[in-house]
Amino acid sequence: MAADWWMIWPGNPALSALVLFLISIPFLYAGRKPMHGMILSLTRAVSSPLRMAARWLNLTAEQLRQRNRTVLMAHGREEVTQAIEREFQRVTDLVQRDLQGYPALQRKVMDEITRVEEDYRKCSEVPPPPPEWTKAIEAIAKIKPSGDGLVEMLLEDIKKSIDKIYDKALGEYRRSFEERHKILKGFMPFWRSLNTSMERVDRNLNGLQDSASKIDAQMDKYEQIVARSEKVEQSLTSSATVQFVVASTFLVLMFGGAFVNFRLIALPMSEMVGGGDYITENLKASDVAALVIIFLEAAVGLMLMETLRITHLFPRINNMADDKRRRMMWVMLVFLVTLAGIEVALAVMRDQIVAASIALKQALGTAEGAVVPVETGLVTKIPTAGQMVLGFILPFVLAFMGIPFEYFIYSARTVFGALLVMGVRTTALLLRIVSNAFRHLGKTLVMFYDVFIFLPLIIEKRVKGDTAGTAATPGHPAEVASFPKRRNATGEL
Amino acid sequence: MAGLTACSGKQQNYNTGVYMLVDTSGTYAKELGKAQKVLNFLLGTLNPGDSLAVARVKSRSFTEKDIIAKVTFDKVPSRVHVQKRQFRDNFDKFVKSVKRGSAHTDITGAIIQAAEFLNEAGSGNKIILIFSDMQEELDKRTVRDFPIQLDGFRVIALNVTKLRTDNVDPRRYLGRLEAWRERVLQAGAKEWRVVNDLEHLERIFRQT
Repeated sequence: MAADWWMIWPGNPALSALVLFLISIPFLYAGRKPMHGMILSLTRAVSSPLRMAARWLNLTAEQLRQRNRTVLMAHGREEVTQAIEREFQRVTDLVQRDLQGYPALQRKVMDEITRVEEDYRKCSEVPPPPPEWTKAIEAIAKIKPSGDGLVEMLLEDIKKSIDKIYDKALGEYRRSFEERHKILKGFMPFWRSLNTSMERVDRNLNGLQDSASKIDAQMDKYEQIVARSEKVEQSLTSSATVQFVVASTFLVLMFGGAFVNFRLIALPMSEMVGGGDYITENLKASDVAALVIIFLEAAVGLMLMETLRITHLFPRINNMADDKRRRMMWVMLVFLVTLAGIEVALAVMRDQIVAASIALKQALGTAEGAVVPVETGLVTKIPTAGQMVLGFILPFVLAFMGIPFEYFIYSARTVFGALLVMGVRTTALLLRIVSNAFRHLGKTLVMFYDVFIFLPLIIEKRVKGDTAGTAATPGHPAEVASFPKRRNATGEL
Repeated sequence: MAGLTACSGKQQNYNTGVYMLVDTSGTYAKELGKAQKVLNFLLGTLNPGDSLAVARVKSRSFTEKDIIAKVTFDKVPSRVHVQKRQFRDNFDKFVKSVKRGSAHTDITGAIIQAAEFLNEAGSGNKIILIFSDMQEELDKRTVRDFPIQLDGFRVIALNVTKLRTDNVDPRRYLGRLEAWRERVLQAGAKEWRVVNDLEHLERIFRQT
């Protein structure tokens, strides 16, 4: 088909286009309304579903957020409940351990106090008052010296007797004081004992006070959780994110340990299950067997943690009767020790295989100087004893994987839930932007259409007169059929 | 574990099978020391369950009689060590027994024999190593000008030495290698490679 079929004047495209344009103007003007409607319908056909999708996503995000919140609160409530239970248990232990001995302690303190009181009373006993003859002496002392030798001799005798009596009384008085001092000295151990008892009581009461404060704090948190406050939600989310990061870090470290463990037992497992069997091109059956052993160790370790009630991944184990749970714990411990023993044996076997392999390769290498690759892995550099110790310890280390794993599971729910909500909201926003873009594209196309038929539109305006106002101005927004404004649930625009 | 592998339906073999052809014709017989080096490398590298065979290339080589030693390694690593030592001893005995080279070189017949052996062994990864100068010389009665089947094989020419005539006209050497490459790839081989640097034998197992 010739490219100039549309030209009225062949060879003059500009003039042909102009004439065609002028011819088409009346038709375009006549079909203005249907064309506007078609353009708007087409753009609306794209933008409306996008808007609906955006709204649906927003609603879904909100539902997800509520669901996440419920789960977060439930988990937080559970944690706080456990913390409160733990504190109450601590208080109970304290009361049982210390306060149940309080009657005995009180009795002891009372006995000591009674004894101290008695002793004190003894101390307060003063020496007996001077006998009645002191009054007689006082009377004699009032006799004036008369120079009578008999009287003087008599007085001299009396003085001597009194001095003697005085010395005796003074001695008794001193002895009495000495005894009281001894009694007072005997108070010391009782005071010390009393002091120690009171300090212990003080310490216990302080411990109780601390526990009570902690319980108060946890109860406050519990009340906030029950009230579903925004503050506690933020706090729990932040706490979950921290837990997620910490648990992930620990899990990565644990996986490092599992990898070393795998390297340690993969080779000797080939001696047990055969080294030439492959499951896929690069996956040996012996490697899978080694992995199974490691997974078994991790699983047994997890069960052990469950039976010890350190983790709470399996409610049935957690709710088991204590004797059954204890029996199960011992079984798991025996399994773990057995697996650790197997690993020790495998470590020894590994060392023997590697030594034999190195010997063979060295023997092959000496012939004609051939370059035979000798195994120089990380584990090979560890001495046999070290490998044995590693083999025994690693299963127990893996057993503790349950703790970060539990935190990872619970915190991942919150973190991934929050990320999902964020992702859904972002998608909703993008859909909304695209929807608006299409809406405005429709308006733009309508205006663009009117640009082509500006001449008849001006004439129409003149014919209708200026009374129609600016509403008839070509390209004026008022003339463009717009989307009906959406009303929200409350009826607002 | 056997049950685990068996339950996947058709059991796929992922073991490696290596068939090494050692040219003992003419002046190339002097290169047997290097062949020992290659064999030592193979013994040090192959794993439990893999297969290895070494055969000589003579005037007519499409026969089991030319197989010097063959083994499918046990699944238990400790037994594999014993097998490898025995294999090396057998080859050493062979090297000492070679006094003079054969008059002709039937590489095609040896390759067909190698393909038969490896197909029978059922190895998943089949490698034919040709330790030769790749100069085929057949007597008048030996017929080898027909298409051969090497589907899924990797064929690696080792220590392809240059002949005196190659030095005169290198195109002969290059043409010889190109002809073998075309023939091997047309036979359905996965790969054709020439490894002349025996210090880097690990290239044998490196797939392109």
